[in-house]
Amino acid sequence: MSGQAGLRRVAITGAGTINALGHDVPATLEAFREGRCGIGQLEFRDVERLTIQIGAQVRGYDPQAHFNRQQITLYDRFTQFTLLAAKEAVAQSGLSFQGELGLCSGVVLGTAGGGLNTWDENYRVVYEEGKNRVHPFVVPKLMNNAAASHVSMEFGLRGPAFSVSTACASANHAMGLAFQMIRAGAAKVMLTGGSEAMLVFGGVKAWEGLRVMSKDACRPFSANRNGMVQGEGAGVFVFEDWDHARARGAEILAEVVGFAMTADAADIVMPSAQGAERAIAGAMADARLAPETFGYINAHGTGTAANDKTECAAVAHAFGPHADRVMISSTKAMHGHVIGGTGAVELLACIMALRDGVIAPTIGYEEPDPECALDVVPNEAREAKVGAVLSNAFAFGGLNAVLALKRA
Amino acid sequence: MNERERIRQRITAIIAEQAMLDPSEVRMEMTPQDLGIDSLGLVESIFAIEEAFDVSVPFNANEPDKSEFDISSVGAIVAAVESLVEAKERA
Repeated sequence: MSGQAGLRRVAITGAGTINALGHDVPATLEAFREGRCGIGQLEFRDVERLTIQIGAQVRGYDPQAHFNRQQITLYDRFTQFTLLAAKEAVAQSGLSFQGELGLCSGVVLGTAGGGLNTWDENYRVVYEEGKNRVHPFVVPKLMNNAAASHVSMEFGLRGPAFSVSTACASANHAMGLAFQMIRAGAAKVMLTGGSEAMLVFGGVKAWEGLRVMSKDACRPFSANRNGMVQGEGAGVFVFEDWDHARARGAEILAEVVGFAMTADAADIVMPSAQGAERAIAGAMADARLAPETFGYINAHGTGTAANDKTECAAVAHAFGPHADRVMISSTKAMHGHVIGGTGAVELLACIMALRDGVIAPTIGYEEPDPECALDVVPNEAREAKVGAVLSNAFAFGGLNAVLALKRA
Repeated sequence: MNERERIRQRITAIIAEQAMLDPSEVRMEMTPQDLGIDSLGLVESIFAIEEAFDVSVPFNANEPDKSEFDISSVGAIVAAVESLVEAKERA
């Protein structure tokens, strides 16, 4: 069955992830339910020279357990994360892309830094160690589209394949585009989401400069918040034409029903409530669903004063009287800010809300902030039946991307 | 020129450059807002101060007003840097 005005409906038929909370979706959802924190002392070379030494690192990860020598030579950490998440998602979907389907399927992925580990390692080689020769694969390893390209090769996706880079909104922009392409009939299946592996000396040092990082904890919406904490990882989903999914009897995890993107056109780092509000309202309008339909919002919720106050004001405006009834939580206090991949990891909390009726909490919440006077689901997960949800992402550069999902 | 005066002049010059003003136009009672310096400008000024005096300024851009480092006026910044420089020399 087609949707409004001849548009195709879009199903999510697979999900995959690796992040600080777990190396797959079940482990991550369990951590969401338990309100577990994945943030800890960072461990990598030269970490002692950093002022900020905490982050949500993927631990217990051994690349050699998943990839052979040749692959490791070609895959930056962000590509490895992407491929692992993509394999989990495709396995769940039960799809095979041989033949016709591969020709009308593609991949669009978000990342902000791309192969930052590769940049960092090789700058060190030439600048610090003074070597004049680098490994021949530095360029194919570090490029932002490396992950998308390897996913296309791994599964034989021969349709649209590209990467999107809009800082902290990258994954939401990518998933929004995947949704629009399938809805418009331009692709049957899109693998989509995002990935980031910025927890290296140069990556964290750069963030330190802005002085918005917390030295101790991520406490979104809490009056005593003092900044963001970075994470790493990937989230990948199978977005599929609804009729195609139904025809093959696939299990549908959720339906993607709306997407909107806006630009503040104001400031390179300070967010605007109007820009965010237009994206939130836009996604609801695109979904043709009224605010009362939405029971949960996965917030951008970085734990900086600038974001949290602006985001709460935007939600309050966009939702009007219903703002007091909608639940909003930031899972970043658990998995950290996964930058270009964050919206993808956070979409898992949206799917959990719709499918399992469990709302992931905002952990680390200690003191109410009158400027964030919404139901932020503090510290403990909550059982609640919701029919539709939103996922917010608001990037540096004033770029906002909001997705709307419905229970399948 | 004594140490105090030297610090004051360096900071005035840093702030004037950020505000795109002549140093003579920068007065001690002026706030960053008076000078048209926004949050990003403030972060950049703090960085320039750290580089100029080789000190580490405890400034959190997340909530500048709540930082340990007083940035309420040019005079307050000068006083705060003076104590950081003194602490560094004592160390």
